[in-house]
Amino acid sequence: MQDLKKVDEIVKNYSMTKTPLIYILKDVQKEYGFLSETLLTRVAKMTNIPLSEIYGVATFYSLFTTEAKGKYIVRCCNNAPCHVKGSKAVLDKIKEYLGLEMNETTPDGLFTLEFTSCLGLCAVAPVMMINDEVYGNLTPEKAVSILKDYKMKGLANA
Amino acid sequence: MENITLTIDGKSVTVPKGTTILDAAEKINIKIPRLCYHPDLPPVSACRLCVVEIEGDRLLRTSCSWKCQEGMKVNTRSAFVRESRKMALELLLSRHPMKCTECVRNNFCELQSVAEQLGTREIRFDYKERKGELDTSSAAIVRDPSKCILCRRCIQTCELVQSVSAIGLEGRGYEVWVDTPFGKGIGDVACVSCGQCIDRCPVGALYENDHTARVWKALDDPTKHVIVQTAPAVRASIGEMFGMPAGSLVTDKLVAGLRMLGFEKVFDTDFTADLTIIEEGTELLSRINKGGTLPLLTSCSPGWINFIEHFYPELLPHVSSCKSPQQMFGALAKTYYAQKNGIDPKDIYCVSIMPCTAKKYEAGRPEMNDSGFQDVDAVLTTREAAVMMKQVGINLPDLTEEPYDDPLGISTGAAVIFGNTGGVMEAALRTVYELVTKKPLDDIEIKAVRGLEGIKEAEIDLNGLKVKAAVSNGLANARKLLDKIAAGEAHYHFVEIMACPGGCIGGGGQPIPTSQDIRKKRAEAIYLEDRGMKIRKSHENPAVQMLYKEFLGEPNGHKAHELLHTHYIKKTVYKDAEA
Repeated sequence: MQDLKKVDEIVKNYSMTKTPLIYILKDVQKEYGFLSETLLTRVAKMTNIPLSEIYGVATFYSLFTTEAKGKYIVRCCNNAPCHVKGSKAVLDKIKEYLGLEMNETTPDGLFTLEFTSCLGLCAVAPVMMINDEVYGNLTPEKAVSILKDYKMKGLANA
Repeated sequence: MENITLTIDGKSVTVPKGTTILDAAEKINIKIPRLCYHPDLPPVSACRLCVVEIEGDRLLRTSCSWKCQEGMKVNTRSAFVRESRKMALELLLSRHPMKCTECVRNNFCELQSVAEQLGTREIRFDYKERKGELDTSSAAIVRDPSKCILCRRCIQTCELVQSVSAIGLEGRGYEVWVDTPFGKGIGDVACVSCGQCIDRCPVGALYENDHTARVWKALDDPTKHVIVQTAPAVRASIGEMFGMPAGSLVTDKLVAGLRMLGFEKVFDTDFTADLTIIEEGTELLSRINKGGTLPLLTSCSPGWINFIEHFYPELLPHVSSCKSPQQMFGALAKTYYAQKNGIDPKDIYCVSIMPCTAKKYEAGRPEMNDSGFQDVDAVLTTREAAVMMKQVGINLPDLTEEPYDDPLGISTGAAVIFGNTGGVMEAALRTVYELVTKKPLDDIEIKAVRGLEGIKEAEIDLNGLKVKAAVSNGLANARKLLDKIAAGEAHYHFVEIMACPGGCIGGGGQPIPTSQDIRKKRAEAIYLEDRGMKIRKSHENPAVQMLYKEFLGEPNGHKAHELLHTHYIKKTVYKDAEA
């Protein structure tokens, strides 16, 4: 049995907020890693918001996930400016290094690879984002070296 | 009320403040194309087909939601408008499978109609399939997301009309689709099977679980004795499936059509509706006299039963233990009728024609086998019954009237009004009044419980005992009553609840479209039938009296309990036990 006490606490924290759902989902995901069926059902029971609506919100926003993801989420920009500056070569190299296709997670649970829309950093394109950090002026080699650092950090803390 | 004058396509039109452009245009006979708009629901402006140009506005506006303003100049037919509508429709069509000839909604599909209205001759985009798989997990409802046009009417109906919220919009942008949370399947969530979503769907993305094939198979089988019962509301609506205007009463033509299909006996659910009144009326008086759980809640509507089992299981002791008329009929068909006519009940195949999709679920409930067999074998919606007749070239409006068969076809006016919201209450009060006071009721038409308002209240004096009654239709209204009952704020004796707006005449198995205007007309047809009946009180039904004498014994007696009463199951809204 998963400990759901934190969900209850999070929901109670927002009891005075008029439209609390997105805040609640954000905190629940931060606490538990992803928004599982059990967690969202608990949120539905606690808030009296139908699960169908909560699930709709959770699947609408790309920063919410209803599936378990890696410790580090690598988001590569797939918009035009990055493309022009060579993002495809960067992405191909990342895929090769991690052994992943888009939206897959490495077996060790360290990395998930995703696309993102424009991050507003076109001046330093091509860019990628790993969790909350952004990296610009990427080359295939630079991207791999960054990922290697994360891998070492991730394995050390495992 | 304040009026507003505006100009639409050069014509001046005056409407009350708050009127939408779409409604104002209708007043001067311009039918603006629309797909996501439905008169029962608030506008969501998703389909973009109803766009119009307003002088001074840079953007087109959706006329379903945009309110008229004084002096406004609207153009509903400019090139900008026509091109935008064409583009919006072609984009919708480019994601629609276009398998019209094999679709349940062929010829009454709103997407087809709009394509015809806009004169579509080509689609400039390649077909791209929509996300989502065929969902056959429910006994009542099938979902085919590949046909969905994302109008959201089903979602709104489920949430706002029924307060069930079983389905929602999921994903985003090009990949958005309608589904149950975590793709569970509609049969695995707290869907009440009411089928109101089917009624609101403009296309064939939602439809009933088809029973026509199994009924044909039984009719083709010479060893089967196939009998049929028709629900009260079907006679007031099935004509619409054959192009007759709403409100056409076709009771005896329906009997003739069913006999032509090959049913050995055509019986009437009205017979067991009368029986329900005797059993439920007796139960009500017993609860009042013996201090039982009150208010007593009616149990005829299987969508409503599903609703209370899932959402208010703690209130189940309030629900009458009476089976619905459909299930009482099934139990008697395979016992009383079988014995009386020397037929082996295992050879009887019992079909019902219902305005309802939840009846399919109800007939399949494992406890509905008190005859020793599955009491009701197949349930056809009004729509499916019409399809079967059409399949073999029976045109209902042309048929010569024929009467129901005896004895399970004998009924009263009190039974036929079961089809309308308030009907069960009115029928029960007609009988309970006379049983208690031993006096005839002055005016048997109890107007306070009639009409399409969501919640109605009435009080009737039974020799000093003032019986307080309430009636609701549409489950969002039921929820309001249940919350009051749960809070101890409602002091009723008897409450009638129907899942669907308007009661069974607005049921999820009825001809599409259904609107408030159509419900009104069907309801009038039902009251017309009642007024034309020789007997209008259930306790005066001679066939029901004979049934007690020959077979059942006393109302609420041992045998009646065995065959005509049931129990309910406590369920939850969400299956996830851990949460």
